[in-house]
Amino acid sequence: MSITKKATVLAVGFGLVALSACGSSDSDNDSGGGGSKTVTLVSHNSWAVSKSVLAAFEKESGYKVKVLEDGDAGQAVNKAILTKDNPQGDVFFGVDNTLLSRALDNGLFQSYEAKGSDLILPAYRVDENKHRVTPIDTGDICVNYDKAYFSEHKLDPPASFDDLVKPAYKNLLVTENASTSSPGLGFLLGTAAKYGDGGWEGYWTKLKANGVKVVDGWEQAYNEEFSGSAGGKKAKADRPLVVSYASSPPAEVIYADPKPTTAPTGVAEGTCFRQVEYAGLLSNAGNSKGGKALLDFLLTKRFQEDMPLNMFVYPVREAAEVPQEFTKYGPQAKDPETLDPAEIAANRDQWVKSWTSLVLK
Amino acid sequence: MALPVAFFGVFFAWPVAAIVARGLKADGTWQFGRITDVLAQSDIRHVLWFTTWQALASTALTLLVALPGAYVFARFDFPGKQVLRAVVTVPFVLPTVVVGTAFLALVGRGGLLDELWGVRLDTTVWAILLAHVFFNYAVVVRTVGGLWSQLDPRQEEAARMLGASRLAAWRKVTLPALGPAVAAAALMVFLFTFTSFGVVQILGGPTFSTLEVEIYRQTSEIFDLATAAVLTIIQFVAVGSILALHAWTVRRRETALRLVDASGTARRPRGAGQWALLGGVLLTVVVLLLLPLAVLVQRSLDAPDFGYYRALTKSDGGVFLVPPIEAVGNSLTYALAATAIAVAIGGLAAAALTRRDAGRFVRGFDALLMLPLGVSAVTVGFGFLIALDEPPLDLRATWILVPLAQALVGVPFVVRTMLPVLRAVDHRLREAAAVLGASPWKVWREIDLPLVRRALLIAAGFAFAVSLGEFGATVFIARPDNPTLPVAVARLLGRAGELNYGQAMALSTILMVVCAVALLVLERLRTDRTGEF
Repeated sequence: MSITKKATVLAVGFGLVALSACGSSDSDNDSGGGGSKTVTLVSHNSWAVSKSVLAAFEKESGYKVKVLEDGDAGQAVNKAILTKDNPQGDVFFGVDNTLLSRALDNGLFQSYEAKGSDLILPAYRVDENKHRVTPIDTGDICVNYDKAYFSEHKLDPPASFDDLVKPAYKNLLVTENASTSSPGLGFLLGTAAKYGDGGWEGYWTKLKANGVKVVDGWEQAYNEEFSGSAGGKKAKADRPLVVSYASSPPAEVIYADPKPTTAPTGVAEGTCFRQVEYAGLLSNAGNSKGGKALLDFLLTKRFQEDMPLNMFVYPVREAAEVPQEFTKYGPQAKDPETLDPAEIAANRDQWVKSWTSLVLK
Repeated sequence: MALPVAFFGVFFAWPVAAIVARGLKADGTWQFGRITDVLAQSDIRHVLWFTTWQALASTALTLLVALPGAYVFARFDFPGKQVLRAVVTVPFVLPTVVVGTAFLALVGRGGLLDELWGVRLDTTVWAILLAHVFFNYAVVVRTVGGLWSQLDPRQEEAARMLGASRLAAWRKVTLPALGPAVAAAALMVFLFTFTSFGVVQILGGPTFSTLEVEIYRQTSEIFDLATAAVLTIIQFVAVGSILALHAWTVRRRETALRLVDASGTARRPRGAGQWALLGGVLLTVVVLLLLPLAVLVQRSLDAPDFGYYRALTKSDGGVFLVPPIEAVGNSLTYALAATAIAVAIGGLAAAALTRRDAGRFVRGFDALLMLPLGVSAVTVGFGFLIALDEPPLDLRATWILVPLAQALVGVPFVVRTMLPVLRAVDHRLREAAAVLGASPWKVWREIDLPLVRRALLIAAGFAFAVSLGEFGATVFIARPDNPTLPVAVARLLGRAGELNYGQAMALSTILMVVCAVALLVLERLRTDRTGEF
């Protein structure tokens, strides 16, 4: 609702002021980047870490970590760009491949090659000559299906983008608004990667004719419209297909009481788009020394193995173990669609605009 | 007067001006041509049109539904009245995501209307309008009802004795007295619905867009600050004209009224007509407000022996670093501080505005104070980023900033609720007291305070509710181990899994209870010197 939101944003603004005030007080006197005992991480609302893991870093490094959560992913990046001359923190975490070019073109980050960069799986490496950003985690945006529905109707769940436009799956899919939701955008980019700049619009025309429903955000799609989720069951939801993440089925198992032996939902493996999230040292960081230590920490085995159950993402570091719930219920897609960040940057706004007039009007 | 002006200037006017300037200035020159560019786009014009008409329709519908409610709450006594008055304010504090959930139970698939008549309203404009009524019912009931309960019923009776029909007596006596309060309530509802964001997104589906949504998209997603700046100016002008119109109509009608203590004006309904009215209002409240809330409660109890509530007391190490239940304490702390600030600033402003020697400048300030309700939140937020980012504005006492920001939105409520009452206080009372040797402070304490105490409590209730439902600021300012209730709800809803969903419902229920109880306590706050007139 608008007033609380308004208060929020106002408060967020105040917060910024406060924090930047603190930030500058912490760091003005050590422009050399040493000395300050606080390091500030700017991120989006989905940031999460285990207490013990963070405490261990603080103890070993001697830095106190302050975390600033700055709205959703898009908002956090834009705010960081707006304040790049006088940043709110030292490290930014959470710019993904759909926004990476915007951050780099605006000079958000300075170069730093984090310790352990050589252990990052080759598929995720970017910007290797300048090292302005470091990949930290990855996840797949995929169509999830409600197992009960498909076994009840003796229907095979869809396996690919092509399947989704078949008459058998008419009126079954719910997705998110590509202009306001990150999985919604990911799904659109997945179709653009699959069918090309000239072909995705034709695909969406078919998808629309096949009764795809679009709602604004993931929460609503997943908890209200998708029949496979706990919320959806209670809301008598009637869409057994939803655009979500490959890690959603494990979450359905981990957060059930009692835990079921199999996940109630599955992933349509041929409908995935790969998201990678990056972190970097902010250009004018007050405490660059602490920021570097924090970036190193984000790549440590300990943090990388702590991430999956906190943020429901996969590590990018080789030989980092993922919990068995992940391997068992939500295996990473073998061959997800990907797009080069530069290509996303060149087309993103135009695609979203065309998609909006094609699908929503 | 100086304090409210400074507060308003530093925390509102300056940041907004800064971000608009950033958007419209390219290479040091103003790009006013952008304004016509943006206005030339047909989809922008469409958004503008939709924004305006849905706000007008929502306001009319809210007044239609809520004015009988205001009358019933003001004039009738019935068991459970105070509890109910607190409960109707609850929708006000719920995060939109939760309200969407609740509201779909009324108008969505398998909802009540679907069960009864096979009517589904979700993704239609009706869902948006009804949800706006759901949110704003309390605004009308509290602002109008507050004044109504203090109008002396004997005036209407006197008119009847002199031969006026019941309708004529109401039209000639009560209606003019109520006018300013109704206008103030209508204005607030209009401003809320004009800048509606979450409701339109969730219930209207992505096909409906308001200016607020568009500004958010341009700023947060597309990062086109120039377009966002133009849209902000458009919204500013629209809201400004509404405020000017409102100020002009109200000023001509605000007169001294005879106010009496509210406790003496309400009585048991008499006669079939009055009972029917009471019944009708209660039915509306039950269906429109209580039913959606009940759905949340029911879903929160869906696990054996309060499983979701028990889960709240454990920290799962993931979403939170502390048990989610601790959010209750955080929320209350912020809300109390925000209420205190809003009442202080708003009270000062209202007192300044009612002085007889208030000049034109001061009266214009009245309208300005309402602007925070009519300017896009995201604009203000981004404005802070670039305007208030270095000393001398040294705001290091971090936690107080959240309540400060919440107070900025709370102040208009305080002013709007208190002004009609303060202006209705007869000046001759004050003058008489002064002649008899009372100091200004004593005059205020003995004359104004007893009369406005009720309005003050209502205003405080609003400010409290605004703060309680506030979302996200604390995520930002405090560490993740310091969430408030709405923040915690949003985080839980943002993850898959049954326990997360259940805990979100349980926390929403706790949020409702906390809000209702807090408002009840506020309503009961009686200084022991109830003025008998």
